[in-house]
Amino acid sequence: MSLYSLQKFLYELNRDESIQRQYKEDIESLLSKYTLTDEESNALRTGDIGLLYVLGVNGQILMHFAAFLGVEWFDYLDKMRDGIKDHGAVRDGVYAMTGGGKSFTTEEEGR
Amino acid sequence: MSLVYTGVLSHAPGITGRAHMVENTDKRDEFYAALEAQRQDIMNAGAEAIIVIAAEHFANFFMNNMPAYCIGISENYEGPIEDPEWLAIEKTEIPGAPDLGKRITRHVMDSVDVAYSEEWKFDHGIMVPLNFLTPNYDLPVIPVNINCQGPPLTPLHRSWAFGEALRRACDAVPEKIALVGTGGISHWPATPDSGKINEAWDREFLDRLMRNDKESLLSYNDEDTYRDAGQGGFEIRTFITAAAAAGGEGDLKFYTAELPIFAVGCTVASFSLS
Repeated sequence: MSLYSLQKFLYELNRDESIQRQYKEDIESLLSKYTLTDEESNALRTGDIGLLYVLGVNGQILMHFAAFLGVEWFDYLDKMRDGIKDHGAVRDGVYAMTGGGKSFTTEEEGR
Repeated sequence: MSLVYTGVLSHAPGITGRAHMVENTDKRDEFYAALEAQRQDIMNAGAEAIIVIAAEHFANFFMNNMPAYCIGISENYEGPIEDPEWLAIEKTEIPGAPDLGKRITRHVMDSVDVAYSEEWKFDHGIMVPLNFLTPNYDLPVIPVNINCQGPPLTPLHRSWAFGEALRRACDAVPEKIALVGTGGISHWPATPDSGKINEAWDREFLDRLMRNDKESLLSYNDEDTYRDAGQGGFEIRTFITAAAAAGGEGDLKFYTAELPIFAVGCTVASFSLS
């Protein structure tokens, strides 16, 4: 796993509109600049929020990426929970899930 | 003295971006009113510039070259880096204070090895406070960052020393300066636990902060904070730095754990200057 490169890809994407355009227009050439595993590249290619969360991408970096992709707030939370169900616990970093997957807002419970 | 106002406030992106989702709109509006009162206090103090001590979220700094502390000395800034619709804040240009920023930086360097930057993009950690404190973006901003995201993190006693250094720097220049620390207390942002708040922990921390009790504030350690207050709790560094800069007791203007959709215990406070 090359978590450093994975996070750097997203860090540079999140803060640079020209890279954001490249992500949408020619993601393969963008991916080729980073040393990534096939699993990581595919997660970036498909915007797999759940897998990226489990791989240990810093939550703030991932949250900004989800916003860039236009993922609605509660869907974004669900995608992280689904990632845990599909791939197991968060493997690195300090953004582990500690609440058992439950919701902490009445707004989410009531939707 | 040239430090004319010191306070703290929350900066979570939901405060603006999820305002429309809130069920408890009375509490939300009470919070917004406290932020508006803070803006007025800063204006009434005659502030000519505002130092925003933030805990940025990978808008500028990454693990290739992560400064523990950094001061912005640019003529202008841009933000937010986030999708404007998501944050409900339009992309804009924000005026800086390069000459003042450089003088502040030189003074701080007398005791703290701070980094500086002439390039800086603001994320929600600065844009949300500015949205309330200078909504027309007509008050020059000096951004200050404390790394609260990418461990290893600066120890709390160094954050205190940094606050004292900022205070000495502000007092050495003639301009009237407001200083705010912005961060969260207990919170688990950007996880499925978003909205989780340890209110008891928050209130204990705020009690120590309002008493400006250096010893008890510096007695926290990151292991306990992570367990009890989440990774978001690492941002107490910004509040502690503001308290050290002020030197006096705090006045808690607003706190609530009743807006978990904002993913943080929403806080507004000021300090007396001593």
